[in-house]
Amino acid sequence: MEHRKLIETSCSHFNNDPRRMLDILWQIQNSLGWISPDTMELIAQLTNTYRVEVEGVVTFYAFFMSKPQGQFVIHLCEDIIDRYAGMLPVQNAFEQILGIKVGETTKDGLFSLHLTSCIGMSDQAPAALINDMVVTNLSPNKTKILIRTLKKTRNLASLVKTFGDGNNSHELIKSMVNNNILLKGDVLLGDININAGLNKAFSLPPEEVIATVQASNFKGRGGAGYSSAKKWLAAAATQADKRFVICNADEGEPGTFKDRVLLTERAELLFEGMTTVAYAIGSQHGILYLRAEYRYLLPYLESLLTKRRNEGLLGTDILVDETENTRFSFDIRIQLGAGAYICGEETSLISSCEGKRGEPKNKPPFPAVSGYLGYPTVVNNVETFCNIPRIVDKGAEWFTSIGTPESSGTKLLSVCGDCTRPGIYEFPMGITLGEVLSLAGAKDPEAIQIGGASGVMVGRADFERQLCFEDLPTAGAIMIFSSQRNILEIADYFMHFFIEESCGYCTPCRVGNVFLKQGLEKIMAGKGETSDLKYLQDLGKTIIQTSRCGLGHSSPKPILSTMKNFPLVYAALLKEHPDGRQAGFNIQHALDESRIIAKRRSIVFDPDLGGD
Amino acid sequence: MSDNKKITLTIDGKTIQAESGQSIMNACDAQGIYIPRLCDSTGLVPQGSCRVCSVKVNGRVVAACTQPAEDGANIEHESDEIQGYRKDLVRMLFHEGNHLCPICEASGRCELQAMAYRFGISQATTYPYLQPVRPVDASHPDIALDNNRCILCGRCIRASRDVDGKNVFEYVGRGIHKRIGVNGDCLADTNADLNDYAMSLEVCPVGCIIRKGEGFFSPVGERQYDSDKIGSNIENHTAHSSLGKLIKVHQIDPNDAIHDDIDQSNVNEDKS
Ligand SMILES: Cc1cc2nc3c(=O)[nH]c(=O)nc-3n(C[C@H](O)[C@H](O)[C@H](O)COP(=O)(O)O)c2cc1C
Ligand code: SF4
Ligand code: SF4
Ligand code: SF4
Ligand code: FES
Ligand code: FES
Repeated sequence: MEHRKLIETSCSHFNNDPRRMLDILWQIQNSLGWISPDTMELIAQLTNTYRVEVEGVVTFYAFFMSKPQGQFVIHLCEDIIDRYAGMLPVQNAFEQILGIKVGETTKDGLFSLHLTSCIGMSDQAPAALINDMVVTNLSPNKTKILIRTLKKTRNLASLVKTFGDGNNSHELIKSMVNNNILLKGDVLLGDININAGLNKAFSLPPEEVIATVQASNFKGRGGAGYSSAKKWLAAAATQADKRFVICNADEGEPGTFKDRVLLTERAELLFEGMTTVAYAIGSQHGILYLRAEYRYLLPYLESLLTKRRNEGLLGTDILVDETENTRFSFDIRIQLGAGAYICGEETSLISSCEGKRGEPKNKPPFPAVSGYLGYPTVVNNVETFCNIPRIVDKGAEWFTSIGTPESSGTKLLSVCGDCTRPGIYEFPMGITLGEVLSLAGAKDPEAIQIGGASGVMVGRADFERQLCFEDLPTAGAIMIFSSQRNILEIADYFMHFFIEESCGYCTPCRVGNVFLKQGLEKIMAGKGETSDLKYLQDLGKTIIQTSRCGLGHSSPKPILSTMKNFPLVYAALLKEHPDGRQAGFNIQHALDESRIIAKRRSIVFDPDLGGD
Repeated sequence: MSDNKKITLTIDGKTIQAESGQSIMNACDAQGIYIPRLCDSTGLVPQGSCRVCSVKVNGRVVAACTQPAEDGANIEHESDEIQGYRKDLVRMLFHEGNHLCPICEASGRCELQAMAYRFGISQATTYPYLQPVRPVDASHPDIALDNNRCILCGRCIRASRDVDGKNVFEYVGRGIHKRIGVNGDCLADTNADLNDYAMSLEVCPVGCIIRKGEGFFSPVGERQYDSDKIGSNIENHTAHSSLGKLIKVHQIDPNDAIHDDIDQSNVNEDKS
């Protein structure tokens, strides 16, 4: 086989270990451009797996290619934010200048074009990935220049004329991405003293580190809002000869990009946090699960890990206590994802780290008891880990003095959409939505999507509500939509997102979401009837209740929350009156029109027709 | 799994005994209480994907086949709400694939069809039909695959992997595009054999894995579910020992030697 040597080298680079399948596939794809059936066969032989298993992994992840690709693979973000920022003309420009449609490759083998979900650049949309390079603020004109330059230079680096702010200009990043940090708070984005928290932790017994965080009432920043200390206690209490600390940097929730900014500006704090938690629970191994969309940060992050190893902050025996005769060793590896929103769900993330299809696992057992390779595993969000050394350094009392009684500390918000100042804001917990909107310069805000696609859409009535765990919780995304926007179009896009990103494991999410979207489209086409609202509600309820993981528990929310908060938008499109029971409303009268159109009577409403 | 400690559950108000470590489904089977199921099959590791076995435990809906029974759990099983969900799920599976029962050779022994009968679903429903056009693989001399009827239960995958030790099947793709892949270009390319457990009538619940030349082997009226509705074997037996065989399954054992040098080698590719 042609590339036998290369494939053998890649597999042996990872010791032919199937648990490193994602790394193996990335390395091979970086050289060959795609994973052919023959390649799968050979990988399977070398790693002692089966070709169909390798195929299962390749076809699970959007960024692994099972068809030949061009030298430059373009992934254009198709999220609703980008659509409203002019993504369709950009797509047209790509298609026109390349002479191909989405999904195709140019004849000269230079370019392939694909659409993808949010790539974490919503404050600089429209945005796209070209291989691992991010291009932002696209316009049809800029698109044409990019392609012309690439055709000439065949060199990605030639695309970036000016670097973004902060570390984006670091020689290992050199990206046009901007941080757009618009408000610095006391905990994360203001001045910090690196390693102060870790050094303090090292002076305390591990239990006291956990106790401090527990006293601070800190809750995880990844969405679920679960007490981090509780999770660590469970992992620490589980008997095992190894424990794992995993940082969730999958940040796939549309409209969320705060972890990207932390990875760019506070990566050392993040590694410090992971080390602190490892010390607290007695873990030796850390993994940073980095979404593939952010692989432009990989060389920089690797360099920081090397730096910390050289400084004795990572590696073997980083803390030795001769009197107690205890030794603490901890190191971190970076696991690159490959384009799958579901891998942000902690058990899917673990499956993915194990080199498998990123499907959720059954809970129980919970990861803290049996996670990565069966070992007790703590999975926390990037922002969570960044908070920990700060809490340990400055104390629980300091931390609880910020925010609300139930939600202490600050929260990073990623603000995007119809506003003049999109970007990153670090607010104390409990800030009202209205305050955020006015600081961000929201333009005629009508509908705000809180917490990304899996969050809720709220209207003006909710602008006084507080962003915190006890009122309106969010993992960070605030998407602003003006009164010019079509709310149903937004909900429809989010359904598209969930259908694309469902892992397909369980029936309700795999199939039900497709039905939900079709039901919504029927209404959008003006063909909906009152009964369709009930249909969507019932179907949504079945999906939420019976789905296996958090994706299906949330996927109907775009429709259900817009139905609740914007009922008139739906009512205006229905053929009948929205409330059949209202006085003066005559269903028979309303049906006459349909009877005429359909040239027949209704088996539901004309009982004499013998319907059931 | 079971450490033989006796625990007590309440199911639809009725108190039953179970062994700690048992799944809710196994605990109920042993008491002659049938919880509907499609992706679960005796002897295979439970997977929890079809969700037809949904029950409500202490207010939360869970899959009975994978949920461990906990002492004192209050389980809702045949309430209108739960039955409604189950019906919806079975309807979803019908509408996801192409199911024309009258011309299907699985008719009468098909678990999906039998489940619909058990639930009283006989009419077309409000759901749209997705009408997929998936390729039929007739390459193998003895076995054909009609993926248009596949409900993605994964029983064939587990049977081939854990019982036959072969891995003929595996899931490929994701979301609504997920399907069953075979270990090769087509089934004839694999080491699939008619005598594999994965190809037996016990494994594929529908008419997707077809044993060539054996079609329509029972006349209408004598087919498996013509007289006995699905689940009646469990409802009519209270002795659970007669059910199923124990099949050894392979799972990752945390105590399996993990080579540190391999596992944590900090190798990542630079961008190229
Ligand atoms: C579909 C889905 C996607 C998720 N994506 C992310 C993500 O991108 N980042 C994240 O930190 N948590 C994500 N989560 C939440 C994680 O499962 C987990 O709760 C979180 O990483 C725990 O970290 P924390 O306790 O620090 O918040 C997701 C959950 C679901 C159900
Ligand atoms: S709800 Fe089911 S199909 Fe959807 S992502 Fe979770 S496990 Fe996969
Ligand atoms: S597989 Fe079952 S449900 Fe599908 S057509 Fe055949 S008998 Fe009917
Ligand atoms: S082929 Fe049959 S056994 Fe295999 S997943 Fe499909 S329906 Fe289940
Ligand atoms: S990058 Fe397009 S919406 Fe986030
Ligand atoms: S039988 Fe339990 S989920 Fe399928």
